[in-house]
Amino acid sequence: MNFRVEHDLHKRRFRRNLGLGLVLASFVVLLFGLTMVKVTTDDFTMQPTSEARD
Amino acid sequence: MSDASLNTVTSQTGEADFGDYFALLKPRVMTLVVFTALVGLLAAPVGVHPVVGFAAILFIAVGGGASGALNMWWDADIDRVMKRTRSRPIPAGRISADEAFAFGIALAGFAVVMLALATNLVAAALLAFTIFFYVVIYSMWLKRWTPQNIVIGGAAGAFPPMIGWAAATGSVSLESVLMFALIFMWTPPHFWALALFMRSDYENAGVPMLTVTHGRRVTRVHIVVYTILLAALAVGTGFTAVGGPLYLAVALVLNTLFLIGALRIWRRDEDAAEADGYAVEKRFFRLSLYYLFLHFGAIALEAALVPYGLGGW
Repeated sequence: MNFRVEHDLHKRRFRRNLGLGLVLASFVVLLFGLTMVKVTTDDFTMQPTSEARD
Repeated sequence: MSDASLNTVTSQTGEADFGDYFALLKPRVMTLVVFTALVGLLAAPVGVHPVVGFAAILFIAVGGGASGALNMWWDADIDRVMKRTRSRPIPAGRISADEAFAFGIALAGFAVVMLALATNLVAAALLAFTIFFYVVIYSMWLKRWTPQNIVIGGAAGAFPPMIGWAAATGSVSLESVLMFALIFMWTPPHFWALALFMRSDYENAGVPMLTVTHGRRVTRVHIVVYTILLAALAVGTGFTAVGGPLYLAVALVLNTLFLIGALRIWRRDEDAAEADGYAVEKRFFRLSLYYLFLHFGAIALEAALVPYGLGGW
């Protein structure tokens, strides 16, 4: 007897998890890209640290 | 347990596929949102970095999708009645209404915050207002209350080019308002043509479309009146900063065809329409899809040609 029958329910759950994983991974890449663009533009300035202000 | 009974339990416990969640975002409506927002962004006089532009369009699309999910949550009862919407995830039982609500709210908040971080507060505020307008003003209030639902509710679908423009410039200007007005004025004739040949669906669902409350003769007159106003606006836009010779040529051809189509609809009676299966109305509806796509395509092309000294006036 095979105890590892994959029902349609499991396939759908897997596709949902895979889809969500890919969306999250893409979001991480997008955030990284956005951060790189923001910090390399000409008008980007770092906030002075408290030590520097003193 | 048979497969059939297992499937029933599956539907009720929310084991939906990834595609079901994507369907909640109304991907077909989203394509229009993405396209018009992109044109708004490209037509703006201020350039943005491609990564920022991509992120802006993505978050506008997610915001539009979120309002689609919230619309499906609110309208689940009428979606069950209408043939066109019966197979959507909520009426089909693949996703529960509560789940769709949580999904929509979470995505809406996410899209607005991310757009603010990626671009500016003006674009984010416009996106937030668009979601509010579509869900609360249109879906919850106007849609089931007045036959002018399409006219006022059409504003929700008209905001994306304005948001795209604001994402680039951080402001609202005459040109972005004109792009908004173009979609706003286009929506009523587009949907009323659809309502003419999808009458029974709206009647069964109790949605007070103009065809149901005022009759089909009045709807035909309304289509002509709105098309005349739309034509004047579309051609007039050609003389502004987002227009140019190419846009003007496209607008003249399309608006002539659109006016001819509207006049044909106006001159017909119901017997003639039923005799040929609403062929004229269906043709007008199809033309309306090309109409919007080509107008915004021409605006984008004018903007793309500017660096070569060809676009605009």
